[in-house]
Amino acid sequence: MMRLELVKRPQRSALFSMLSPFIAFALTIIAGAIMFALLGVNPLNAFHIYFIEPISQVWQLHELAIKAAPLILIAVGLSVCYKANIWNIGAEGQFIFGAIFGSIIPVLFPQFEGPLVLPLMLLLGMVGGAAYAAIPALLKTRFSTNEILTSLMLVYVAQLFLDWLVRGPWRDPQGHGFPQTIQFGDSAVLPELMPDAGRANWGFVFALVAAVLIWILMGRMLKGFEVRVLGSSPRAGRFAGFGLNRMVFFAFLLSGALAGLAGISEVSGAIGQLQPVISPGYGFTAIIVAFLGRLNPLGIVAAGLVLALTYLGGEAVQSALGISDKVARVFQGMLLFFVLGCDTLIHYRIRLIGLALTKQEAPAKLEAAPKLKEAR
Amino acid sequence: MDITVNILLTIATAATPLLIAAIGELVVERSGVLNLGVEGMMIMGAVGGFGAGYLTGSPWIGLLAAIIMGAVFSLLFAVMTLSLATNQVATGLSLTLLGLGLSGMIGTRFVGQPGVRLPNLDIPGLSSLPIVGRLLFGQDPVFYISIALTAAVMWFLFKTRTGLTLRSIGDSHTSAHALGIKVIRYRYLAVIFGGACAGLAGGHLSLVYTPQWVENMSAGRGWIALALVVFASWRPWRVLAGAYIFGAVWIGQLHAQAFGIPVPSQMLSSLPYLATVVVLVLISRDKRLTMMNTPASLGQPFVPDR
Repeated sequence: MMRLELVKRPQRSALFSMLSPFIAFALTIIAGAIMFALLGVNPLNAFHIYFIEPISQVWQLHELAIKAAPLILIAVGLSVCYKANIWNIGAEGQFIFGAIFGSIIPVLFPQFEGPLVLPLMLLLGMVGGAAYAAIPALLKTRFSTNEILTSLMLVYVAQLFLDWLVRGPWRDPQGHGFPQTIQFGDSAVLPELMPDAGRANWGFVFALVAAVLIWILMGRMLKGFEVRVLGSSPRAGRFAGFGLNRMVFFAFLLSGALAGLAGISEVSGAIGQLQPVISPGYGFTAIIVAFLGRLNPLGIVAAGLVLALTYLGGEAVQSALGISDKVARVFQGMLLFFVLGCDTLIHYRIRLIGLALTKQEAPAKLEAAPKLKEAR
Repeated sequence: MDITVNILLTIATAATPLLIAAIGELVVERSGVLNLGVEGMMIMGAVGGFGAGYLTGSPWIGLLAAIIMGAVFSLLFAVMTLSLATNQVATGLSLTLLGLGLSGMIGTRFVGQPGVRLPNLDIPGLSSLPIVGRLLFGQDPVFYISIALTAAVMWFLFKTRTGLTLRSIGDSHTSAHALGIKVIRYRYLAVIFGGACAGLAGGHLSLVYTPQWVENMSAGRGWIALALVVFASWRPWRVLAGAYIFGAVWIGQLHAQAFGIPVPSQMLSSLPYLATVVVLVLISRDKRLTMMNTPASLGQPFVPDR
């Protein structure tokens, strides 16, 4: 019988702090190879289709940017929450409400056109996401209700609300009964960055800007310091005069607004109308992105691109090998698992101990005992 | 009268998976571990149970497979949080995400296939008694397991020495460790028990409730089970009460949809989730009460010093 033992490092290991995402990625590849082999597919072939082919042409890189944009936008917001030890896991719902709020103009007032439309939509999207995120924040600060459960429950409510909207009051009367709103007018569509090369739109730019802004906020400003102090030691934070309740609101509203922006950008840029389902689980995948990026906005940009690739790869193996595209979700889940496991290496050394060894160690422990007394 | 009995029966069927999953999680949390992976373990149990039942034709083997699936899957969480001392919230979340993905992948070939259903209990004479017959002696086997499980957990936690030890670990793992109690071993067993329960709950979904495989068929029940544990302030009999209240809400909205009440069906479908939020708010309003009932070392990683 083997046993794992954790030995605390005197200080956090800078080496493993940098290496851990890469080790995690390598472990995911190994586990993925086993999985593909079990499915009866040549792993090398599968990996080529999964990770290389989807990004071998310029237009495909644009598709990658389209998938990465919402992931990065949501994840940088979540990273602030998680740094502050506040667990917003309902970004999926905030994404949906951002999309709904932002769509008010193109759906209800399609005759309103001009350069003002888009900025207003984006603003409304952020308001919608933030407003929806304010609910768990309010319940947490006012009634100390667990924000994990409330924010998650509200995801289901948001999905059902969107479903009702596009099947009911917001349905396109000329849509042949399809559950969808009217197509957004030209001035309500997020422009593409380089229309000749591919479909990527301004959403990706928003994501990069948000990442840089949050990076500055967290590293260079007092608010970022406040987030970190309250996250690692709420008591110390209270003594420093940082309000925990204000922080809960700050983190939820910020992450909600970014998720909302992601929602309206996705609907306005990539889809062009509201549908019953507008997200392949971006709000949940962004949790993985946040952790894989070590809760660091710049790391999150890289992690967002990797996770976006898992989506594209999932679609690719589905069409090429006939494997369910759920394989993407499996990859994402494994990646998070391994990242969390590898993070242990930052603070601990891992020792494997067999039973025989433990017996030999026993006398050593006895010897150590008197020394302990001396030390006292 | 028959309608009342029927409604009570469907409520029991809806409440049973919630009850089983929540009772399992209650034991886990009483040992000081917060496993947010209930939804993932449940859906793995559902797909494992359906798969084994479909392939062998025996719902009993299916049920056993569901339990094993949940337990094995929870082992992943146990190794990560207990041996590697990872963040329990993040690890639990990743367990749920992984479970939803993995079950979807495994279940691709089961979509649309006819499943097998566990037969209801049928005791000649007793089951055909008016009213009480079907309620007491004519339900599915998992219903009886759920009630027995609740009673057993109640007895275990509050009447046995091992249960007392488990609760002491949940309240202070450092003190328990100093007393020579094998904290990590207890927690491993608790987490695996919780996983087996979540798996069984999933098996109930795909072998009794709706004997077929539908992706994401757990539909948030794992999360509601987590909320139930908080609602019950970590007491088994209150979990039982809570599960039946939620079962009633679940069935109530289904019946309301069937009766064609002029409210959008989506609004009715969101009732169980909204009810969860409301209930959580009501129960956590009294901060002192929550503080008193919550296992004190819940969610904190523990690394024994040697």
